[in-house]
Amino acid sequence: MMFNLKTDRSQYPQPGPDGKLEIDLETGKYLKLWQGPNHPGITGNMSVELTVCGDEVVAGKTHVGYLHRGFEKLMERRSFIQVFPIVCRVCVPEPDFNEYCYAAAVEELAGIKVPELANWMRTLILEMGRFNSYMMFLGGISGALGLGVVGQWMTYVRDLMLDRFEELTGARIYHMFILPGGVRGHLPDGFAGRMEEVLRTAEKYLADVEKVMFRNAVYKRRTKGIGVIDPKLFEPYGVTGPNARAGGVAKDLRKDAPYLVYNELDFEVQTGKDSDIHTRVDVRYRDIHQSIALIRQILQKMPKDGPVMAKIPNVLHWQIPRGETYIKGESSRGEYGYYLVTDGSGYPRRINVRGPSYTHAMALLEHLIPGTNISDVAQLMVSLHTYPPEIER
Amino acid sequence: MKDLIAKLKKHYKLTEPDYRRADLTFVTAQKDELRSLLIALRDIEGFTHLVLLTAVDWLEEGLFQLTYMLNNRAANRTLALRVMIPRANAVGDTIHDLWPTAETYQRELREMFGIDFPGSPRVNDEFILEGWTDMPPYRRDFDSLAYSLQTYRERPGRVTHDPREHMKKALYPDQKPEAAK
Repeated sequence: MMFNLKTDRSQYPQPGPDGKLEIDLETGKYLKLWQGPNHPGITGNMSVELTVCGDEVVAGKTHVGYLHRGFEKLMERRSFIQVFPIVCRVCVPEPDFNEYCYAAAVEELAGIKVPELANWMRTLILEMGRFNSYMMFLGGISGALGLGVVGQWMTYVRDLMLDRFEELTGARIYHMFILPGGVRGHLPDGFAGRMEEVLRTAEKYLADVEKVMFRNAVYKRRTKGIGVIDPKLFEPYGVTGPNARAGGVAKDLRKDAPYLVYNELDFEVQTGKDSDIHTRVDVRYRDIHQSIALIRQILQKMPKDGPVMAKIPNVLHWQIPRGETYIKGESSRGEYGYYLVTDGSGYPRRINVRGPSYTHAMALLEHLIPGTNISDVAQLMVSLHTYPPEIER
Repeated sequence: MKDLIAKLKKHYKLTEPDYRRADLTFVTAQKDELRSLLIALRDIEGFTHLVLLTAVDWLEEGLFQLTYMLNNRAANRTLALRVMIPRANAVGDTIHDLWPTAETYQRELREMFGIDFPGSPRVNDEFILEGWTDMPPYRRDFDSLAYSLQTYRERPGRVTHDPREHMKKALYPDQKPEAAK
């Protein structure tokens, strides 16, 4: 029997008076479908337990725990400097935010003043990290929609930026360049020139992405008007970053609560209106161009010489008085923060990582999933730009 | 921020605040006043964003500290409310109806610290751990090293060092640990 899926709901189970659906698998009307943990349309090691009726999803539950390493607990057993190899591993695509937030929290509680050049270098590193994270995002969202070639281009461009990271920090993924007190080194000779080459290549590839993705009819059909987040949900669900900006709320900590040298830089908060998948990708696409402009601006404006590391106590005997603080910054996904509690000993009492994915991939995603089509779940999830390690630190 | 604390102190019992930065203040509130305080902050004072909800284990004092961090974006202010609850039979008040996202935080606190939040949706569902029967692992008295030694087999031929002692020996090979200070 043929019936119009959009208008004829008679074939679907009806919700009760409280608006909730009684899901009884025994009736045979529903099916449990697991998207993940190993699935091309999932962001990292997590899974979503979908309950479907026909091809419509009626409920979704996020499951995490495939990647849990107990970082917050492990950090409590390590001295303040030994925590460093752990913090960056909380987020693979953008590890530098962890380093900055942790370092800044330690500096604040220990009363260390960071040299000016180190703040410029930190801002540069964070923008390079943001650029890389967005490259992975563009690859992910295009992959979720079957545009595999964009993922390959973005991986190539990200690799070029990783070369610059390697040149500057000695490492490609986990840089450990931002330490309490400053950063580990100066810019190598000719770095700005080589960075300019990378940025120009990136712009060339991004222009191609514009053509094959944003002007692609299939892409538009599958992203416009789908996965809309009502701006009223932003505060109750703790939505920050590009997900909120796509709904017209100019939430950007670089402007709202400027840190490092962002108040000396000239940039605008990128916002959208429609709050759907297409707008969220578009906001991020414009943010990439802004990151490129910011990297150029930083390299041009930053002091040419000066110290990059403040004097810090002997790290083997470093004890920090009892206190607590919270340091936040605008990562590529939203508000990223570190809550550090010290008790006067040589070890942190508690470190809590506030990753944007914690709110976006759990309560928000579970709220958005009901009513979507099975085939839209992948791009909906990727469009929220979530990384599971932030949920299960 | 001092104006806000003075205003709140008229109605609620708050301890002396810790003005950490111009935009960040920590203050301890009473557990029975928490809900009313959170609603006042959210609906009257513009602290609409729940930044985080987490716990700190003060094992020596027999207390858990619940930290509710709220942010007022327009005024660029962050206020962290500390609520101290006893470690034994730790129970907190659920706030999932004020911020739906608190449900996730409360599930995590239930699992990792053993703090119950009666009424919070799916609070007893497994969140990160699967089939965990030991003590909640983020409590201070849970010894992660002893657990690893008990649970996992040591690989033969592997040498491990305490990193801090190892670094001391590497940096000051000729000195006793005391002299290195």
